[in-house]
Amino acid sequence: MQAKITGNEIKRLQGIARDIRVLIIKMLTEAGSGHPGGSLSIVEILTALYFYQMNHNPQDPNRDPFVLSKGHAVPALYAAFVKAGYLNEEEIYTLRKINSRIQGHPDHVRFPMLETSAGSLGLGLSIAQGMALAAHIDHKNYKVYCLIGDGESQEGQIWEAAMSAPKFKLENLVCILDYNKGQIDGPVEDIMDIEPIAQKWKSFNWNVLEIDGHNLHDIILALNQADHSHGKPTCIIAHTVKGKGVPFMEGVIDWHGKAPSQEEAQRALSEILSHE
Amino acid sequence: MSKATRASFGEAILALADRYPELVILDADLSKSTQTQSFSKKYPHRWFECGIAESNMLGIGAGLALCGKIPFVCSFACFLVGRFETIRVSIGYNQANVRMVGTHCGIGLGEDGYTQMSTEDIACMRSLPHVAVIQPADDRETKQCIEYLMKHKGPAYIRLTRQKVPVVHQDDYKFQFGKADILREGKDVVIIATGGVVGESLKAAHILEKEGIWAQIVNIHTIKPIDKDFLIREAKRVGKFVTVEDHNIHGGLGGAVAEELSCHSPSPLLRIGVEDLYAESGTAEDLYKKYGLDAESIASKTLTFLRSR
Repeated sequence: MQAKITGNEIKRLQGIARDIRVLIIKMLTEAGSGHPGGSLSIVEILTALYFYQMNHNPQDPNRDPFVLSKGHAVPALYAAFVKAGYLNEEEIYTLRKINSRIQGHPDHVRFPMLETSAGSLGLGLSIAQGMALAAHIDHKNYKVYCLIGDGESQEGQIWEAAMSAPKFKLENLVCILDYNKGQIDGPVEDIMDIEPIAQKWKSFNWNVLEIDGHNLHDIILALNQADHSHGKPTCIIAHTVKGKGVPFMEGVIDWHGKAPSQEEAQRALSEILSHE
Repeated sequence: MSKATRASFGEAILALADRYPELVILDADLSKSTQTQSFSKKYPHRWFECGIAESNMLGIGAGLALCGKIPFVCSFACFLVGRFETIRVSIGYNQANVRMVGTHCGIGLGEDGYTQMSTEDIACMRSLPHVAVIQPADDRETKQCIEYLMKHKGPAYIRLTRQKVPVVHQDDYKFQFGKADILREGKDVVIIATGGVVGESLKAAHILEKEGIWAQIVNIHTIKPIDKDFLIREAKRVGKFVTVEDHNIHGGLGGAVAEELSCHSPSPLLRIGVEDLYAESGTAEDLYKKYGLDAESIASKTLTFLRSR
């Protein structure tokens, strides 16, 4: 099954991805702290989900829930919400500040647009599974998308969830791994190597796809393939680059958890915008 | 008739299943012990065996609740509360309508020994904002409490016994969430008990009566939110308190009562419970005797406490 996607459509999505990157840099600079590296690496994945694949209308009980398990990347999601019209741009500058509903990590109670709170790593895939199971019980057709990190994959509960989703035959569950190869203390392969990661998910009996997580066409194709999975959940291993789109941040571990200065932000923004 | 509160729970969910289609049950390879097997046979599409992976089970429960279900997530109390990170974020912080059913609570678990006992669970759960902590005392109360939980908003922890507990309520008893339940009037001391030791506390009252002491016996089924008004009222009227629980004396019912009294109406308080130690194997009866939770121990400790005042 091929996704029908035109060059113009890809261009539209690339434009949205660029705008999301701009918003991420702006909000993190204003916040003065946060996680640019892992926010920038998921931009194309979120763009494909929110502006091509998902029904995310919050009023619709049959919408497709999105679970951001790697909660520290939430600036990217707030930016996607701005582009989708769920958040005013002014509000993103309250990120990480007192009395804001947009917390440093996702808070479902303060901001219900977020389908779940998250941030303590390893927890989201189980929640996503519960949501997928609810669809089964009620014979609903929605799909559940869960984005996890590579460092996060070192958490044990991820593998408890990996074991149970195929048992419950959750073909309506899609786990996307943002494999950006870096975590706070260093390269994932040095800290606690997760390889052979595709084999791991395959051996847990998931439908496994491996893609370039910055290629919108590839992402859409993979999401489309996941739509046609029979009786098995799908894991999309998305190879990404930490800090993607801002050359001086790309692949630099130090940008995992620090906000750019005003000068760095100016440089980052001009680099993002020069990628027309 | 005496019955384990976990058995009453198993009967309650079966009785409520048709009226509440959103009720679902999750187990972690202990359904024979948590007494959900009858439910699983009658409602197989609403019962989920999650295997020995309690963190994942709790998270699945959170996801089901966020999609409108009312999941009862069941295991031994210690195995649920041991997965505290998932509870605090996925259930607590989300304010998900999950009912965490912890069975085999306290040293009353018996022969299996400390690893399967939970004597710190109330303390942990009480520390989470807006998570109700409930421990029913007998069959009738357990069933009403489970029915109440079909309508309660927010997460709840329910603590149930492995061992049989005696009937302490009349036929016309009505469970009221958050309200102290006075089982016996008295003027000399207020003995506040919860769960499996409520029956022992009632027996202790009879022993004390022979010594000329009139003890009020109060069942606190809702440990959080605790009935503050009741405590303040009785502090003024009686002014001396004893708490009894099958849990560490730190952080549980005794802790909750101490916190309220010290803020609002400081009063002498004796906390009877597991005295900050790791218990051991034995029959529930032998353990209650050794660790001071049987009627005789409750009575004699209360007497010593009152005489020292």
